[in-house]
Amino acid sequence: MLNVGRIEEGFVLDHIKAGKAMTIYHDLKLDKLDCCVAIIKNARSNKMGKKDIIKVECSEDMLDLDILGFIDHNITVNIIRDGNIIAKKELSLPKQVVNVIKCKNPRCITSVEQQLDHVFILTDPEKEVYRCKYCEEKYRGSRKK
Amino acid sequence: MRHIMSPLDFSVEELDRLLDLAGDIEKNPEKYAHACDGKIIATLFYEPSTRTRLSFESAMMHLGGKVLGFSSADSSSAAKGESVADTIRTVSCFADIAAIRHPKEGAPLVASMASSIPVINAGDGGHQHPTQTLTDLMTIRSLKGRLDNITIGLCGDLKFGRTVHSLIEALVRYPNVKFVLISPEELRVPDYIREDVLKASGHEFEEVIRLEDAIPKLDLLYMTRVQKERFFNEEDYVRMKDFYILDREKMTLASEDMLVLHPLPRVNEISTEVDSDPRAVYFKQVQYGRYVREALILTLLEVEVC
Repeated sequence: MLNVGRIEEGFVLDHIKAGKAMTIYHDLKLDKLDCCVAIIKNARSNKMGKKDIIKVECSEDMLDLDILGFIDHNITVNIIRDGNIIAKKELSLPKQVVNVIKCKNPRCITSVEQQLDHVFILTDPEKEVYRCKYCEEKYRGSRKK
Repeated sequence: MRHIMSPLDFSVEELDRLLDLAGDIEKNPEKYAHACDGKIIATLFYEPSTRTRLSFESAMMHLGGKVLGFSSADSSSAAKGESVADTIRTVSCFADIAAIRHPKEGAPLVASMASSIPVINAGDGGHQHPTQTLTDLMTIRSLKGRLDNITIGLCGDLKFGRTVHSLIEALVRYPNVKFVLISPEELRVPDYIREDVLKASGHEFEEVIRLEDAIPKLDLLYMTRVQKERFFNEEDYVRMKDFYILDREKMTLASEDMLVLHPLPRVNEISTEVDSDPRAVYFKQVQYGRYVREALILTLLEVEVC
């Protein structure tokens, strides 16, 4: 088994559905961060069979993890300090997601004004409904990528 | 600074105040004739409109203000590719308030986010048309004396008709309003209106196909046009367009005080022979539209008239 060393401070995102680590890497904009990131694909998992793991060495305030709640609330977020897990972050649905999903309504203003952020707002937390901020079109895709 | 994007932006109490003000403007027009002296409204119409644009312009003129703007995207910098945000930033330097109509849904919201003057959504695609809903509410309240305890029939294109959706959303805020939804199977109200608005609010409603069956029990009949531009298939449009025609014979089934409203323009859905019936109030509705827009302009500009 491949070994990746422990990190001193940052996050370990565990139980990512196998094959989805790179998607999450981009959604969290980790490519734009100047810090150490380890991506482990297809790790053995008793619970899932196979899973992906991402380790990010950075300070706690550098990552906006709310988006993970939108992508897949089954991901385990371990917060690491001094090499130890000090907390597990509960994932909840973010109130809004920006530039993660695109509005597919051809009549929406975002279809013609390319510079606009694609913003979806949680309008019904019970039914987990997100709607486009501009045209109020319901997001019909699967949140679990 | 406040904008209006949806009719629900106003609470029921704010709406009452707005409609009271519109009613006062109707009764005492001279009192408001100089309320907006020195003020300018910009009407930014990226697609054609007769009633709405002229109604806004007339409203501002009746308040003593002035008007500038454009009436098609071709005659604005949009034709050169200018964004809505940049256009409103520019217009904010020239006018005190703006009314914007745009074929793309959400364009007025984008404008409001970049604007330094109040923005009124004057219609954005199939999404919202708040001043039409305010007009409908004022018409009902002025002519029926109430917005509660009514049975309203909504007839025609209930699937794509934004005025119908907005009116239902506005009326469920009042007690004991019954809805009779009259449409062909293909043009029934969308699920979200049926489930999230009507069922969620607990209001009584029924869906019927035949107008003749519904008409005797109505206090109000809100007719709508089947909109050609919403169909992708010409055959479907042709099949649907004359599904309902309100004529003198059908009006004999209605009560003596049932009012007929229509957001206009109408095509064939109301026969012109109905126009002379005193219960046909769709042209009065246009008049109320001006009063309510005057009240809206005053409210958003925070102009108080004593």
